[in-house]
Amino acid sequence: MKGPEIVWYLAVAASLFATGALGVLLRRSLLIVLLSLEIMLNGANLALIAFSRLHGESSGQIFALAVMAVAASEVVVGLGLIVAIARKRLDLDVDKLSFLRG
Amino acid sequence: MANVVVWAVWVVAAFSCLASGIAVVSFSNPFFSALALIGNLASLAVLYLLLSAEFVAAGQVLVYAGAVMVMFLFVTAYLGGRADAPWAGGPTWQQVGAVLASGAILIEVIVVIGLKAGGRLSHEAKIDSGFGSPHRIGRVFLTDHLLAFEITSVVLLVAAVGAVILGAHSRAPERLEAHEGP
Repeated sequence: MKGPEIVWYLAVAASLFATGALGVLLRRSLLIVLLSLEIMLNGANLALIAFSRLHGESSGQIFALAVMAVAASEVVVGLGLIVAIARKRLDLDVDKLSFLRG
Repeated sequence: MANVVVWAVWVVAAFSCLASGIAVVSFSNPFFSALALIGNLASLAVLYLLLSAEFVAAGQVLVYAGAVMVMFLFVTAYLGGRADAPWAGGPTWQQVGAVLASGAILIEVIVVIGLKAGGRLSHEAKIDSGFGSPHRIGRVFLTDHLLAFEITSVVLLVAAVGAVILGAHSRAPERLEAHEGP
């Protein structure tokens, strides 16, 4: 089975990372900023797995699994924060959440 | 023939991956963005399968597209996804800056990979059929990377406890206000 070379996977990974970065920088809604962060993490994951295939070494896949666990914890804490902010009747807008007072 | 099929699957997966990524960023409703992210994660799982990472692909579908995204959709539905239009009105300096910065990140990543690994990217290592199987991954996880495995479980536990504490603390002031009110 001879598919596309690793370079193409890395190009997809870099584009995904840039798309996620664009979302984090551009969007104002907290939920969508969190979703864009997920895209960035997945771009990094794709690069890790592509390099693991390139070297024929399983450690890259272990790293990708660890990244997935960290992403799951990040979503849990992030969504907890978002729900806490929404309960205080604050706007879920990163431009308006510029103060760090309780 | 098999070659053409692999290329076709790759093109479809990569295209839907990038398209749904752009959809996540540009939809104004967070609910549709979360749905687009599920498509993104599913097409990424196909790319993982093409890279013979079967266990990671299964984990991606189960953990990400399953558990994490259900939580996301639940919270979005609970908060009643408020729409904010990303491209409404003329481009502000903030939006222009965001596009320029992410373009710079893309170019930077490509240049660094090209400089550091440019010549060696076409020589793929030979792998046997067990590469990426649960058996192989489990063996590596419990021998070479046992510490990472244990620390991952601690990280997940801390995240769960932190989320519970966040939820408990945010409820207290609201109840106080309710008592003070008429």
